Formats: sequence, structure tokens, C-alpha cells
Amino acid sequence: MAARDPVIVGIGLSDHPQAPHLDSIQHHVQAMQRALGDAGLEKRAIDGYVCAGMEAGAMEAVFMAEYLGIDHRYIDGTMTGGSSFEFHVQHAAAAIRDGACDTVLVTYGSDFLSRRGRTLGTGGFRGTGKVSGAAMYSAPYGLSLVGDYAMVARRHMHEFGTTSEQLAEIAVGVREYAALNPNALYREPIRVADVLASRMISDPLHLLDCCVVSDGGGAFLMTTAERARDLAQPAVRVLGAAGGQTHWSIHQMPDYTTSAGAKCIPEAFARAGVRPADVSTLQFYDSFTITVLVLLEDAGFCKKGEGGAFVAEGHLRRGGRFPLNTDGGGLSACHSGMRGIFLIIEAVRQLRGQAGVAQVRGANLALAVGSGGSLSCIGAVVLGKE
Amino acid sequence: MQVIRGRKWERPQLAPSPAERPFFEAAARGELLYQQCPRCGHRQFYPRVLCTACAGEAAWATAAGRGAVHTFTIVRQNGQPPFRDELPYVVAMVELDEGVRMMGNVTGCPPEAVHIGLRVEAYAVECGEGIAVPFWRVAKGGPET
Repeated sequence: MAARDPVIVGIGLSDHPQAPHLDSIQHHVQAMQRALGDAGLEKRAIDGYVCAGMEAGAMEAVFMAEYLGIDHRYIDGTMTGGSSFEFHVQHAAAAIRDGACDTVLVTYGSDFLSRRGRTLGTGGFRGTGKVSGAAMYSAPYGLSLVGDYAMVARRHMHEFGTTSEQLAEIAVGVREYAALNPNALYREPIRVADVLASRMISDPLHLLDCCVVSDGGGAFLMTTAERARDLAQPAVRVLGAAGGQTHWSIHQMPDYTTSAGAKCIPEAFARAGVRPADVSTLQFYDSFTITVLVLLEDAGFCKKGEGGAFVAEGHLRRGGRFPLNTDGGGLSACHSGMRGIFLIIEAVRQLRGQAGVAQVRGANLALAVGSGGSLSCIGAVVLGKE
Repeated sequence: MQVIRGRKWERPQLAPSPAERPFFEAAARGELLYQQCPRCGHRQFYPRVLCTACAGEAAWATAAGRGAVHTFTIVRQNGQPPFRDELPYVVAMVELDEGVRMMGNVTGCPPEAVHIGLRVEAYAVECGEGIAVPFWRVAKGGPET
């Protein structure tokens, strides 16, 4: 490993999945404090700051940098929705390698459940006020966020014969991991039949095809391989990262069965010099079951259209070849609006061998893929054991 | 395309810029517009002040107002008025015969009757002073694709 190779050295989660005692800012703060403690770093070592969130919108990074009192020489507030943090890893890794800064803090915090309730996916996110720009071509028609993904699922079923049972397998497998996580919002085991029997939110997506809404925040610290030698935890290497965008509004999605992941995930693999078969665990954005299916195909774990059959073979389950979302995912454990940071944190936990009963044996390579918007902005990060 | 006027508009109010207004004004006259680049021929929707293919200027073109459902969903839960009072309803991406896609509700038939490939035709509903937006219903006659 070269001296300035970027590594992740600290992780922290704020109280979740329900934390009425914390507001969004307190989630950022608590997660940062825990990441610093985990790494064995002093706050003054931080000279780069990166964040995204829904508290101050486009100003989140500078607002939070002031609140936290970060004296930074590198800042990035890239906002691509839930995948922001995968883009952040890409950017921070380049900044560290380049010498723009040495130690980067990334934070996120959201009190979504406690403050705004469960309406995120069923209309509440979009509101009914005055609209302009691209939203004028969708807002009159009452499409919810769940509906965006339902249109993807419907087209995937039409083109490839994908079934609701196959999609349900994803929710069932992730719930199996949630049962192992005391902090997961839902832990009761479910079967495919339970997913199919749950109420239809937006055909063909049922309630249990959709992620939970929770509170929660996260933070991680990145630095150089050289500095990591003196710190408390085994360093996790950033081996490759790439991102891309095909659209923002769902009505602009060029191909309703393919995301920007079809280009950027193979690029992240190429940068890391590895292939899908080498991966030990997948941490994928599971806003909906269909999100995972599309990303899985785009990543090259199977051919386009074969995701349903691939999932049904159990590869993503506990004990399978590519265990998925070992913290219980957004589908069952924790999704406070922008889940991407939790993918990185869980990947690090696995690669350190600190995932307890959910530990994937021999985990040495993790793929985290975030999806922002409506399968719009995809960020892929390949992480490896030191 | 038929224009329905005078119906109370309770859906989100639209605030088009001067560059975007021609689309909504044309709809209020019964014309469905999209854009085609005079330089490279690229067709696009929604309307913009540039061609997204070649960065040239975009120009307006008139669509026949017919197309086929490319994908769709039946929305069964939406907490926002007025949509919550209209559940369940269909939101579709319609691929126009001219090749561009537009989102819209498919109305006038049971939601379960909608399928990918269903031929639909546009109608417009007034949504403000001199502006309207397109909606869709099952096309009369015409082959299914």
C-alpha cells in the first residue's frame, strides 16, 4: 500500500432507528463523536469535511462545517440524494491521494421519522405547492416516490418476466439479517407470501417491497494509509469508486430497466482490479426491492433480465455467495431518507470482522452501491481489507 | 386534441417560465408540442432552451397526440390531496408515435385495463389562465403495439 492510499479508519452511527430525543443536527454530532472515538482520532486532526443532508439542502456542508467547528482545507457538499456518500468516498479518496487534505470527516443525520412521519414515499415528499421546471411534467399526475420505482418494476416484469415472488425474495433475505440486528426497525422473520400479502402501495410494489422510514445518522473518517498505522482500528482500503447519472426525474429515465450503474459499477470494479465473483458482501441501496434487482444486473452479477432468477437461487441470502445488506438494510432496519452512508459503514464493519452474528466469514472485499433520486444517480465503491 | 375547460384545478399549480410557457399554452389550444432540433434532428421532451444532444437551439414540433403505454403503475396510496381522494389511479409513461415520452394519467377506464402497449390518445385539461396539461385515455381504434 502506498503512503497516501485512501483508507477508512473510523465509523459511527447515531441512535436509531427511532430517536425522538435527537434532531438532525444532533444525529450528525453524535455520529461524528462515535466515529472519532472508534478511530482514536482527535477532532483537530480533521482537515477535510464532506456531507449531504436534507436539513439545510444545498448548504448542508457549509452549515454543518460551521456548527461542528471544522477548520477544513477541503470541503464537498455533493448532493445526489441517497447515493451522495458513495460519491463522497470517490471525491474524498481523490482529495487525500492528491494531498488536498489528510483526514476527511463525512457525516449525515436525519430525524425524518420523528419529525415528518412515514409519508416519505407516498406523496408527502413531493407536496402540492407551486411547481416549476421538470416537476411540471409529473406533479399534475400524483405519482409518489414509490410509484417511480413501481414503473421500473413494471417494465422489468414486462421485458424479462420478472415476478413479484422474485422481488419478494430480496425483502425476505434482508429481513433475515435484520433479525440479527437489535437496532433494526423490523426484526420478525417474513416469508415471500407475507410480502405478496402486504398491501399494494403502487402496483406492482407491495408495502414490504418498500424500505422503512426511520431516524438515523452516520459518520466515517478517511485518511492516508500512512496515518492509519497509528490509529485504533484496522484500516479499510478504498480500492475503487465511480459514479454516474442517467436522469433525475423518473420521466426522463432513458431505459426503465437499466441504471447508471451499468457503466459506473464496472468502472469501480476496473479501478479496483477485481470482478463481481471476488466480492464477499454486497451493501446495496434497497429503497425498494426492485432497486437491488436493477443494481445487481447493472453490476454484472448476472445478465440484464436474469436478476429475478439469480435472486431466487438464494445468492444474496445469509450463507449465500453474496450476502446482501447484513445490517438488515433499508428494507427492514434503518432508512432515514438518504441511506448511502449506512452502506459504507456496514461494509467497513464486515471488512474489519466486527459484524458479530451477521459476520460474513472471510469477508475481504465489499461492494457498496448507492442510488439517489429515482435510480437516477448511482455511486459505486469497492472496499477491501488491508 | 380535446381541451377540457372550466373544471376546478386542485392539483399542483404550475409556474412555467417564459421559455416553457409555449407548451402549456399550446395544450390549452388543443396542440401537443414536443421539441426537435433543427440542426441534428434530436427529439426531446420536456421542453428546454437547448438541444440536449448537440447543445444547439431547440425548436417546437407538433405531435399527433397518440402513443402507447411504455410503463405504468396503479397508485393505491397517496396521502396528498387531491390525489388521496382519487385512488386508485394510473400514472403512465406514454411513448408518443413521434418517439418522445410523456408522463400522464390514463383515465376513463378501469386501472386494471391498462397494460404496456395500450394505445392511448391525449386530451388537455386547463390548469390555469390560458394554460393546460395533457392527460391520456384509451385511443379509439388504431392498432395495439
